[in-house]
Amino acid sequence: MIAVEGVSKQFGDYTALDNVSIEVPDGSLTALLGPSGSGKSTLLRIIGGLEAPDSGRVVINGEDATSVPPQKREIGFVFQHYAAFKHMTVRDNVAFGLSIRKQPKARIAERVDELLRVVGLAGYAKRYPSQLSGGQRQRMALARALAVEPRVLLLDEPFGALDAKVRAELREWLRRLHDEVHVTTLLVTHDQEEAMSIADHIAVMDNARIEQFGSPRELYDAPSNAFVMGFLGPVSRLGDRLVRPHDIALAAEAEPDALEAMVSRVIHLGFEVRVELMLTSGEAVTAQVTRTEADELELGQGDIVWLRSAGATVLPAPTEPSAPTR
Amino acid sequence: MTVSRPWRIALRVIGLAYLAALLLVPVAVIFYRTFEHGLISVWDSITTPAAISAFTLTLEVTAIAVPLNTIFGIVMAMQLARGRFRGKALLNALIDLPFAISPVVIGLALVLVYGLNGWFGRSLADAGIQVIFSTPGIVLATIFVSLPFVVREVTPVLKEVGDEQEQAAATLGANAWQSFWRITLPSIRWGVAYGVVLSVARSIGEFGAVSVVSGKISGETETLTLLVEKRFSNFDLAGAYAASALLAVIALLTLLAMTMIRPRREEEEH
Repeated sequence: MIAVEGVSKQFGDYTALDNVSIEVPDGSLTALLGPSGSGKSTLLRIIGGLEAPDSGRVVINGEDATSVPPQKREIGFVFQHYAAFKHMTVRDNVAFGLSIRKQPKARIAERVDELLRVVGLAGYAKRYPSQLSGGQRQRMALARALAVEPRVLLLDEPFGALDAKVRAELREWLRRLHDEVHVTTLLVTHDQEEAMSIADHIAVMDNARIEQFGSPRELYDAPSNAFVMGFLGPVSRLGDRLVRPHDIALAAEAEPDALEAMVSRVIHLGFEVRVELMLTSGEAVTAQVTRTEADELELGQGDIVWLRSAGATVLPAPTEPSAPTR
Repeated sequence: MTVSRPWRIALRVIGLAYLAALLLVPVAVIFYRTFEHGLISVWDSITTPAAISAFTLTLEVTAIAVPLNTIFGIVMAMQLARGRFRGKALLNALIDLPFAISPVVIGLALVLVYGLNGWFGRSLADAGIQVIFSTPGIVLATIFVSLPFVVREVTPVLKEVGDEQEQAAATLGANAWQSFWRITLPSIRWGVAYGVVLSVARSIGEFGAVSVVSGKISGETETLTLLVEKRFSNFDLAGAYAASALLAVIALLTLLAMTMIRPRREEEEH
């Protein structure tokens, strides 16, 4: 298990981490999710030993690792830009950690072959990194990190430099790999969809702090504040409350507690229909309804409808500044 | 920019004529004059005891100066590319000093410091070490003038390569020493090689600084360039041409090495 206890880090005047604590459960795939500059990469690098914290402790499997250098931490680290050893073949890249540990040649060869098969690069052993695509390079980097059987796998925006399609494929692949290998994994990402789709737990970070820790579902359904709610999904402001757009119920007739609004635009997105509305107060609201609901209400531009929050995820709207919306 | 055809041809002719007049013709004439009276006279004039001694001394000095400057250059480049310390900009400027100062001035400065009446000269002489008018002085002068090449070639390569590969090596268990030999050095090898070739060329060709500190004792402290100059001033033109041709051959070999290294180095940087 990885535990971080009260870690702070300054870079000059800039606070990268402010008294951060987190426990990453054994064998889990946990995501550190946050916007750029939220401190998530710094936290990962401190756990990996690539940066030293100003205060606080890093505990790996019960041992205080705060002052242990990276080469003795038994971690695997995967970098956003692969950090491939350009002058070595794929085979030598993957074998690097084992050859540093002076393992017998035959054992290294066997282990490298096995790993190349696991990451789907079996036919690429003799190529150089420059002859691989971005996705292949990152899979090579993963094999290289896994070769030394690390206690913890740390991934710093591993798919950040890849295009959307490869990204989605590798994400799926990483999840399946994790289900096979079960190594405790900590993944840094700024992409909420990525975090939601593969992580068992998510720590949402903002402004050098962890805002909330929980399962994707917990965070989505019960965000602890407006930032977390806005970062994990779309948010609409309905009067004095923040709700999910799909939690807004539309009615043709006036209802108690419902707010009157005029339809300004109806956008059909296949099964989903996005309705842009204007409250009598002049505020714009977006609601998301199913096609059936939209058809029943016969929604059209200029219609008057009544809005009410129908879901469980509700937060009081901050007075100023307005909640993040996406 | 597009240039019309006649202009393009005119520009090419001017460019090639410039190269020919300043470089190709003089070098060709040297070779022509060298072999004018046949191979045997050339062989005779480059195998005199003085010539052999000059050639050996030049190689010896190069063999000491270049490895020292290579080690110094790599260490310094790593400091300049990676280090964070006060006075880095000043140090960076100081590295170029040997380019900025005339070699003759460098020679004089060495005499002032290490000569018999210089700062360290007397105490070194008492310890039995003669620097000026001796091989150590020539080595010092050569080190001084060829000092910037490796630093200047390697620093940008190190910056370009970045330190992520070294961080990755550290997380895989490599200590600083293993990381240097297995990761850093291989990734800058062509930059180092290019710097070494330039240093060799400069070390062999150096004249100004060496001529001040060497004392020009024939058969003892006379390098190849000094031999050429001496033969030339003594109206031994054939001898001067032969020694020059020897220098030119070494220079051409260096050039060849450079053309072989350059594309690989550029490939590495991209």
